[in-house]
Amino acid sequence: MKPIYMDNNATTRVAPEVVEAMQPYFSELYGNPSSMHGFGGNVGAKLKAAREHVATLLGAMPEEIMFTSGGTESDSTAIHAAIRAHPEKKHIITTRVEHPAVKNLGEHLAKNGYRVTFVPVDRQGHLDLDYLYKKLSDDTAIVSVMWANNETGTIFPVEEIAKAVRERGIVFHSDAVQAVGKIPIDMADSAIDMLSISGHKLHAPKGIGVLYIRKGTKFAPFLMGGHQEGGRRAGTENSASIIGMGRAAQLVMEYMDDENTRVRALRDKLETELLKRVPNSMINGDPKNRLPNTTSIAFEFVEGEGILLLMDQYGICASSGSACTSGSLEPSHVLRAMGVPFTAAHGSIRYSLSIYNTEEEIDFVIEKMPPIIERLRQMSPFWQQAQKAS
Amino acid sequence: MWDYTEKTKDHFLNPRNVGFIDDFDGIGEVGSLSCGDALKLTFKLGDDERIADAKFQTFGCASAIASSSALTEMIKGMTLQEAGKVTNDDIADYLGGLPKEKMHCSVMGRDAMEKAIAYYRGEAEKKIEGEIVCECFGVSDVQIERAVRENGLTSIEDVTDYVKAGGGCGNCHDKIQFIIDTVLGNTPRAAKKPEALTNIQKIKMIDATLEREIKPALNQDGGDIELVDVDGNRVMVKLRGTCASCAKSQITLKHYVETKLKELVSQELFVEEV
Repeated sequence: MKPIYMDNNATTRVAPEVVEAMQPYFSELYGNPSSMHGFGGNVGAKLKAAREHVATLLGAMPEEIMFTSGGTESDSTAIHAAIRAHPEKKHIITTRVEHPAVKNLGEHLAKNGYRVTFVPVDRQGHLDLDYLYKKLSDDTAIVSVMWANNETGTIFPVEEIAKAVRERGIVFHSDAVQAVGKIPIDMADSAIDMLSISGHKLHAPKGIGVLYIRKGTKFAPFLMGGHQEGGRRAGTENSASIIGMGRAAQLVMEYMDDENTRVRALRDKLETELLKRVPNSMINGDPKNRLPNTTSIAFEFVEGEGILLLMDQYGICASSGSACTSGSLEPSHVLRAMGVPFTAAHGSIRYSLSIYNTEEEIDFVIEKMPPIIERLRQMSPFWQQAQKAS
Repeated sequence: MWDYTEKTKDHFLNPRNVGFIDDFDGIGEVGSLSCGDALKLTFKLGDDERIADAKFQTFGCASAIASSSALTEMIKGMTLQEAGKVTNDDIADYLGGLPKEKMHCSVMGRDAMEKAIAYYRGEAEKKIEGEIVCECFGVSDVQIERAVRENGLTSIEDVTDYVKAGGGCGNCHDKIQFIIDTVLGNTPRAAKKPEALTNIQKIKMIDATLEREIKPALNQDGGDIELVDVDGNRVMVKLRGTCASCAKSQITLKHYVETKLKELVSQELFVEEV
């Protein structure tokens, strides 16, 4: 059974062009880019080109691009760099809807001598900006706000926040893992100091990421050792993956239009049809201000794990905000922060598309979903109650 | 993805006995929407006083649906006395085992069965026995104690897997640990006797605890702590480095240093900065 893959906010297919670009750098051109011989040095030249491609995607300078092992390392490095560059400051601001890479680090720091403010969101997932601005103080070491939410796709006004934060002389970091490649980003015209990117969310492989560090930003390395990455991140370069990342950066620039037209239209069709065909279903988050590929739909009175397993029978891959799928007992912290009621949070399914999805696949999912939900609702005591009540 | 047995998958994909018996003899409802799973069980007795039919409605994950389906299959043909003896382990065994994190699904089945039998026997709906320990999932000390005893649980994580308690905010973890310790016959930590310490022993222990447990944690944040004096149960310390200027230093003291000292030396101690 060929998978119908609609879980691209979890990870993406590595683009065939990326695989092709990487292929020679395993067994043929395996030299160490730091070596003095040409065999390694030639790889160094390729890394330079890859860095330039990523810089172009972000509207940045090549020296502002630092390669890491992924989004999590980029987030951790950025936040640790800021607090170590300002050891006297003991306050951090982030949001209640961050990816665990930021959220759990924030919670950890809160137990280790830092004051951490988690900015709340409203029912549509919009940040309470007044609250954020009121909390800015001379003690604030860093403000970290994601560009777009991985579960709902809601886009946050990070440029606006960055400006306000910069006025106070505070470092601003954004986890842009979900946003890069889907919406235009131009660091040349931005007040953002640091930006995290993950390779495997944009058709590069897992295990490669980028931290953009604006020139002049106070920085302290997280990994120490060799002089790689301009002394900011030690460790022999992951050559093949960096080259793959460079190729992926070129590709997403090419595909960004497609993402925002065709993919958006597919997402809209999927969403509109499901809402029409499945009673008691609704969108989580702001339907307008959203990534073009993501929709989070709550199917009331059923539980996400069951939905996913029944979808899996047809090879349809997606994610759920339910508790049962995560191994924790609480539904998604994002949906709970938004105040999505339990009736809906447990039955929320996130579909996240990519350029590789086709209209046929969308039609297939539209056809298969309603009976899946109906089948589980027939078993659900709450559905019976809700039916009786109405 | 969960590692479900073929039998669990089968009972989820082809659940037996879904529905509601209108003229039921017994009914048991457990769980809630907020908890993420719920089960409504109904049964009908035959002329031979054995369960002739049983049906369920379940909101929850695949293992909750499979556990409910398994339960209804198991109890058909049983007398109420037999059905009352079905344990959560029996349900899990019937399915060839459940992932540890999903054991609470089988506990839900057992609880619904007990409630349905109580309904049939005309026993008034029992209020939740004991005191609520886990506020997030509404689990009482009696329920936790029972789960620990019946399933030989030894950790807070185990308790969360079986009855969900402690799976939310985590504020009840100390209380759960206390229950586990009590059941296992360990001396609960809170019951340590302070009078067993002489003054010199106490000072030595405080000093050792500061050095071993507290200093390294504060050092991580660029802070340090120094023991100045001990007067009775009053522990006087001096904070240095970033701790001294930290707005949270009072909280650090109260909540961290004091908790650690109480836990490891004596419940009577209190900390003061000098």
